[in-house]
Amino acid sequence: MAAKTLYDKLWDAHIVRTNEDGTALLYIDRQLVHEVTSPQAFEGLRQAGRKLWRIDANLATADHNVPTTDRSKGIADAVSRLQVETLDQNCRDFGITEFDMADPRQGIVHVVGPEQGATLPGMTVVCGDSHTSTHGAFGALAFGIGTSEVEHALATQCLIQKKSRNMRVRVDGELGPGVTAKDVVLAIIGKIGTAGGNGCAIEFAGSAIMSLSVEGRMTVCNMAIEAGARAGMVAVDVKTIEYFRGRPYAPKAALWDQAAQAWRALHSDVDASFDVEVSLNAADIKPQVSWGTSPEMVVAVDGRVPDPAKEGDTVKRGSYEAALQYMGLAANTPIRDIRLDKIFIGSCTNSRIEDLRAAAVVVKGKKVANTIKLAMVVPGSGLVKTQAEKEGLDKVFKDAGFEWREPGCSMCLAMNADRLEPGERCASTSNRNFEGRQGAGGRTHLVSPAMAAAAAIAGHFVDVREL
Amino acid sequence: MKKFEKLTGLVVPLDRANVDTDAIIPKQYLKSIKRTGFGPTLFDAWRYLDPGEPGMDHGQRRLNPDFILNQPRYQGAQILLARDNFGCGSSREHAPWALDDYGFRVIVAPSYADIFYNNSFKNGLLPIVLDRDTVDRLFLECAKTPGYKLTVDLATQAVITPSGASFAFDVDAFRKHCLLNGLDDIGLTLQCVTEIKAYEARRRKEAPWLFVN
Repeated sequence: MAAKTLYDKLWDAHIVRTNEDGTALLYIDRQLVHEVTSPQAFEGLRQAGRKLWRIDANLATADHNVPTTDRSKGIADAVSRLQVETLDQNCRDFGITEFDMADPRQGIVHVVGPEQGATLPGMTVVCGDSHTSTHGAFGALAFGIGTSEVEHALATQCLIQKKSRNMRVRVDGELGPGVTAKDVVLAIIGKIGTAGGNGCAIEFAGSAIMSLSVEGRMTVCNMAIEAGARAGMVAVDVKTIEYFRGRPYAPKAALWDQAAQAWRALHSDVDASFDVEVSLNAADIKPQVSWGTSPEMVVAVDGRVPDPAKEGDTVKRGSYEAALQYMGLAANTPIRDIRLDKIFIGSCTNSRIEDLRAAAVVVKGKKVANTIKLAMVVPGSGLVKTQAEKEGLDKVFKDAGFEWREPGCSMCLAMNADRLEPGERCASTSNRNFEGRQGAGGRTHLVSPAMAAAAAIAGHFVDVREL
Repeated sequence: MKKFEKLTGLVVPLDRANVDTDAIIPKQYLKSIKRTGFGPTLFDAWRYLDPGEPGMDHGQRRLNPDFILNQPRYQGAQILLARDNFGCGSSREHAPWALDDYGFRVIVAPSYADIFYNNSFKNGLLPIVLDRDTVDRLFLECAKTPGYKLTVDLATQAVITPSGASFAFDVDAFRKHCLLNGLDDIGLTLQCVTEIKAYEARRRKEAPWLFVN
């Protein structure tokens, strides 16, 4: 039998039928649903008189629009409120389990899914959200879809898909102190570009990737889409299996043993071949900071803002110039001289317990610089928040001058009240630095939780390795 | 879904790589629970000089005269000429909804982000891939020819310039079939009920933990 990649194995195991044009009808094991990309899908089902194919394959929570401040008064913005209430109503009407705003398990879909064991190794996982690639971290085939496909999966439990090409990104060697999963993935995107993975499913491999915790691997896979790949994934190992043991939706007893046994096969065969291979040396990766308006516009913290004049490609030079103009930065500025207005620690990329611990270590006993207008920590879920409070992390952050908020997507995309004002500059642990992403005119620098925490204390970027 | 067969339409060039879905339709408009009405806020931050919020009368806002879509010669454009990796970023289908609602039926670019590409087909919007040199040529021709139109024929998979030059493009057979006939692919998948049920029965035996809850 031909050697298979992890992606080949996951793909093959989910083929319901192969069509003449080479596309396949692929079975979907789990769909996560949130309020922004689902209302039109439910409306479509109603209009066509269609039912859900498999109610229990779906799990919903509200995350994009929810307030991160006191929730007792509900959502102030009427348009946001209607969208969240529409999700509640749709879940009631169609029988879908939902962790609503009052549920202690509510949070960002991509944090909640793995935390509950609702997304598992070997599954196909979809959600109307591009960061669904996160779930590939534990050997699942997980990808974001549009609302038409949300409706398709709700109605048929399947999607018509064209197989992507196999790409492997290897990171070998040992990561230096202070260098995290976030730095690894930013360095990868800096190397291959935001379109580097277009048309591909990326397997992240190599000793540095396997040395990451499962949560760290989630951070890496989360940003596969920022490299253009709909799906990112990492092979299953002992850490993966242990991560899921005892989680509420994970299999129990004999079924657990059977599942764990099957999951051990979720890795690429040794002699499997990839269409595209890229490799990085872990020791070369330094803490990263994005300087522009695309995640590929990234440099090491000890570097400088690039000079567009030195860029040979005219389209690229144009984007660099536009980016510097938008970001209010001069070419050749040392990254460490960039001063911040706001700090955001959160998002589906970096809001898990390990992220909060890493930031807390940096913050402990120190104070947020008085030039920082707002520094906030937004846990990824109610359960992450509870755990952090149990460990006293909330106190560490609050004592330093951070705001400690309720879980949600928050200022990653600023659909709720948390946002940058025009011209404000933010060190953010999120995934996108697009124009206006965190608020119209806002300027985003993507960094790791430790780097964001260090920037909050100093008021400008600093190299966490020197603390 | 809307059919697409053949179109001769005015072209507007958007000379910028990596146009992301936040630029195509900013987040504040994603709060809508409808599929329609996104046209007036397409490229919102580039198109208007003042900030926009849902519920505003966008007709009263100040247009940015420098933004290409606002220039008189491009009014009524149905074909968007773009650069590499168009539609990168989020999975929001609001992006093709906004392009469609504005009046675009075709996009021509050297490459697209995967999710955006896929979402476009579901909405009767045809994303055409042509090589970089050809796209460069179309940008040049478009710049120097007021009223520049292209003809796009899906059946023969060709883009034809005013001078008669014809460029072939690829499109998956199934997507082409759905677009030419305006087919709803959920209906097509539901014709495979027996196969889906057979798959589920087999998986329940192989991997029963996937069906516990």
